[in-house]
Amino acid sequence: MTDDAPTTPGPGAKAPGGGPSSAPDAGPAAPQGTAPPATRVDASPVESDAVVHAEVERAQQGQAPPGPDRGGRDPLEVIDVRTGMFGAADGGDTSGYGGLVRTIALPGASERPYGGWFDEAVDVLAEVLDEGPGFDAAIEKVVVDRGELTLYVVPAHLVAVSRVLRDDPDLRFELSMGVSGVHYPHETGRELHVVIHLVSVTHSHRLRVEVAVPDAHPHVPSTTSVYPTHDWHERETWDFFGIVFDGHPALARIEMPDDWPGHPQRKDYPLGGIPVEYKGATVPPVDNRRAYS
Amino acid sequence: MAPSHAGSTRATAGLVDDRSGAPTFESAGGDWSDIAEEAARLGEERIVVNMGPQHPSTHGVLRLMLEIDGETVTEARAGIGYLHTGIEKNMEYRTWTQGVTFCTRMDYLAPLFQETAYCLAVEKLLGITDDVPERATVIRVLMMELNRISSHLVCLATGGNELGATTIMTLGFTAREEILKVKELVTGLRMNHAYIRPGGVVQDIPPGALDTVREALGMVRGYMGQLQDLMLANPIFRARLVGVGHLNLSACMALGITGPVLRSTGLPYDVRKAAPYCGYETYDFDVPTSTDSDAYSRVVLRIEECYQSMRIVDQCLERLQAMGPGPVMVADKKVAWPAQLAIGSDGMGNSLDHIREIMGSSMEALIHHFKLVTEGFSVPPGQVYQSVEAPRGELLVHLVSDGGTRPYRAHFRDPSFNNLQAVSMMCEGGQVADVVVAVASLDPVMGGVDR
Repeated sequence: MTDDAPTTPGPGAKAPGGGPSSAPDAGPAAPQGTAPPATRVDASPVESDAVVHAEVERAQQGQAPPGPDRGGRDPLEVIDVRTGMFGAADGGDTSGYGGLVRTIALPGASERPYGGWFDEAVDVLAEVLDEGPGFDAAIEKVVVDRGELTLYVVPAHLVAVSRVLRDDPDLRFELSMGVSGVHYPHETGRELHVVIHLVSVTHSHRLRVEVAVPDAHPHVPSTTSVYPTHDWHERETWDFFGIVFDGHPALARIEMPDDWPGHPQRKDYPLGGIPVEYKGATVPPVDNRRAYS
Repeated sequence: MAPSHAGSTRATAGLVDDRSGAPTFESAGGDWSDIAEEAARLGEERIVVNMGPQHPSTHGVLRLMLEIDGETVTEARAGIGYLHTGIEKNMEYRTWTQGVTFCTRMDYLAPLFQETAYCLAVEKLLGITDDVPERATVIRVLMMELNRISSHLVCLATGGNELGATTIMTLGFTAREEILKVKELVTGLRMNHAYIRPGGVVQDIPPGALDTVREALGMVRGYMGQLQDLMLANPIFRARLVGVGHLNLSACMALGITGPVLRSTGLPYDVRKAAPYCGYETYDFDVPTSTDSDAYSRVVLRIEECYQSMRIVDQCLERLQAMGPGPVMVADKKVAWPAQLAIGSDGMGNSLDHIREIMGSSMEALIHHFKLVTEGFSVPPGQVYQSVEAPRGELLVHLVSDGGTRPYRAHFRDPSFNNLQAVSMMCEGGQVADVVVAVASLDPVMGGVDR
């Protein structure tokens, strides 16, 4: 807890039942135990992750979007590359759509003007950040999609950016809606995303802060010093995704039992369903059924 | 510290906590008088009590770890996770429409808020927010406000029961029953409705439902009056609640506390006013606040909110009466569920007209029905959030789509999950008996907390 946290140390700072067993393993948090590696449960028809990664790279080269390249990262969020049309991975190409390759990308960096209050807020943020780490160094990109503002923040500067967002009178995002995660297993080098939703009661504004870290080094600085409410939310994100929040007062599991292996919300973690047998035929568990997407 | 004697029967083991150096007492086997005797001899009043997860006053399976010194709580910690069912994970393996059936089961006292928040988010992803028929939106508001009343009634009822006031509980649940009857009439189910679907609602309100709602509201008003008479001026009730569970505004903002607890500090923050959805800006209602920041003021606020919800329900009834019958689902056949439901001789099912069409006259309609029900509709890639004002605070849904027919990620920021973080600040320094009151004033629902 830093001294300028607006209140007393976060509740639940002492983890219930927290012992050495519940401390996060610092190393690469690959799913342990029950999780079979590299099995896409949503039945992507490609054969292995290596193929996918190669295709992602090709897709990125082919579709390099315009705009400045911040921090040497590609602004396009390619989250998957799919082939075929009907989700069937086994058997021959009877439909004729087997050669279809589709790149799935989330909306990329937006160009100014962003519209509404977004431009002014980003200007204020840039002005304050340029006194410290610098806007270009701290913010990877700004995405405006469906009327929502998303700031992609470089992990190292997350706490500084959060502090500016909370404290600057023209921004004043004083209420946090917590932290959650998203796992994009096909976005090489940026597999794990931390998503924070902030509310400014003063200005009636809302925005999203997103941080992407590689699966091999899933470390994000904890923002509990800025938003004490993130205490339980970061524990939940660690529990479900294996993202380690450095500096959290007690990063123990919160929903799963303390000795649970693996992180259940990751895409490579199976549901654990059992096949249903009916008159000799079996229906596979839901995570092994054909997916249409 | 007396060393423990091997072989002798002792109620207290006399172990020393490694970290704090305080002696630890074990109550397994032996007599309480022995424990009390040894505790008195050591001059140690400090014991740790594990309250829950199976405890009638913890609203389900909340576990509270209380370190108490005499009657004073010196440290309070909440342990959760006993009702974790992996709903968010399961939603990733079902279609967008089926997701409603899952998320309605999170906070089981406020199912329609989760359904609405989720459906609004899906509609935002699809870009069809403006295409949802007006009638469907009004029905959503009507059902949500009825749900708010029924949820607050449970809060007041169980809160009273935990103080030993059984009459408050029976009154509250009797009043809630009137609303559950309305919900059953409209949605077919008392809980876990899956009534609100992406694009609208699953079916129009049945004939005569408006009158039923009016009658039910009259009954609830009567019960509310009795509840107020029982609670608000009752000296015992006031003695237990006034000044208990104090949490001020800066603590609420730091801990992200929303809902009646935040409004009891004087800040009129309500998502219905701050970021209106479902046309709430067109309804006439107030956001009651208080500046007492204690458990009693939260009871008063919840009662006030029930009356405000009744105001909104009255306006919904007027609008529904004025607009007459109309569509309750978007016109886009690629999203709207193809079948119209009807009551048959064997219960509720697809309407006979629809069955006649898909089985008798149009193979394309049958294919369309089959594809939409089994495969679902695709949603363009991207992510959205949507907040609604649930009875317990701000419920935020974060949805990510990868362009497929199923949510790539669905996260629900449940207000109960967040608000439970305040247990330490509200309870520490108070009496053990006040813990029950403080937790009841947070009104946590563990189904929503653990999801």
